[in-house]
Amino acid sequence: MSDTVLKLGKYEFKSRLFVGTGKYETLDIMKEALEASGSEVITVAVRRANIEGKPGESLLDYIDKEKYTILPNTAGCFSADEAIRTAFMARELGISDLIKLEVLGDKDTLLPDPVGTLEATEKLVKEGFTVLVYTSDDPIIAKRLEDAGATSVMPAGAPIGSGQGILNPNNIRIILETLSVPVIVDAGVGTASDVTAAMELGCVGVLLNTGIAQAKEPVQMAKAMKLACESGRLAYLSGRIPKKLYANASSPLKDF
Amino acid sequence: MQITVNDENKEFPAKTSVSELLKSFDMDERYVAVELNRKIVPRTQFSEKLLVENDILEIVTFVGGG
Repeated sequence: MSDTVLKLGKYEFKSRLFVGTGKYETLDIMKEALEASGSEVITVAVRRANIEGKPGESLLDYIDKEKYTILPNTAGCFSADEAIRTAFMARELGISDLIKLEVLGDKDTLLPDPVGTLEATEKLVKEGFTVLVYTSDDPIIAKRLEDAGATSVMPAGAPIGSGQGILNPNNIRIILETLSVPVIVDAGVGTASDVTAAMELGCVGVLLNTGIAQAKEPVQMAKAMKLACESGRLAYLSGRIPKKLYANASSPLKDF
Repeated sequence: MQITVNDENKEFPAKTSVSELLKSFDMDERYVAVELNRKIVPRTQFSEKLLVENDILEIVTFVGGG
């Protein structure tokens, strides 16, 4: 497939599928699924280290840092300040200035707090972070986040972990038309066709976690997601036929 | 001396360094970031940074997430 590389600020990737590391039954399954997904960007969360007893295995022992780019997130942060603090600690963990910014507004829906998200984006951009920002599929706030200097705007297809797919493709289309930064669908993806749908719309990538991690066969699903991502991208680049109301025969209708 | 680590009160000998504290928790320095009184301690300063009474530490690491 002849395609350009995906550029996110100073970073370049061939794979357009970004995957998370949460909710796997074991770290071995996770490792195998990451491999099968073909992803180059792996998302991780920042949490307090365990100070009681032995710390146990580290997630980082299972991620080959030569092979993958680590994308820390600020998941679980419910204010701009908390997200900013987390971003700084993530950067200190020594990987890069990449941050997947999430400022959540509500524990049940995990929908983003648009005001806090904008505030944190402005601040982190000023501090030199490469900000990939999770947002709702609202085109207005998406544009405001681009204006604030986000490297990529990442609208949710559906609520985090809900597996509902792309609920409002029209909003995603408007976002794609109004923004010039790369748009990545982040969250809500349930199965392979959801990934394809996002890519066919023209999104430059898809970020997902639960759809693979909680599938009955995570490794197999990771491969399905990889193929779906490539397939959707290829279809997008190929230019689909317009939808028509009436039939249009594929075989000649002339008499013998 | 009394030190607060991740919201828990802990007792450490005077002049304990950040490095020594991490070692006492069996933590790999490469895998953690440390905030001392809300200010990040660069990894390069872990061994020279000495803690004092009532310091507040936050130690974080990467965990699975999406």
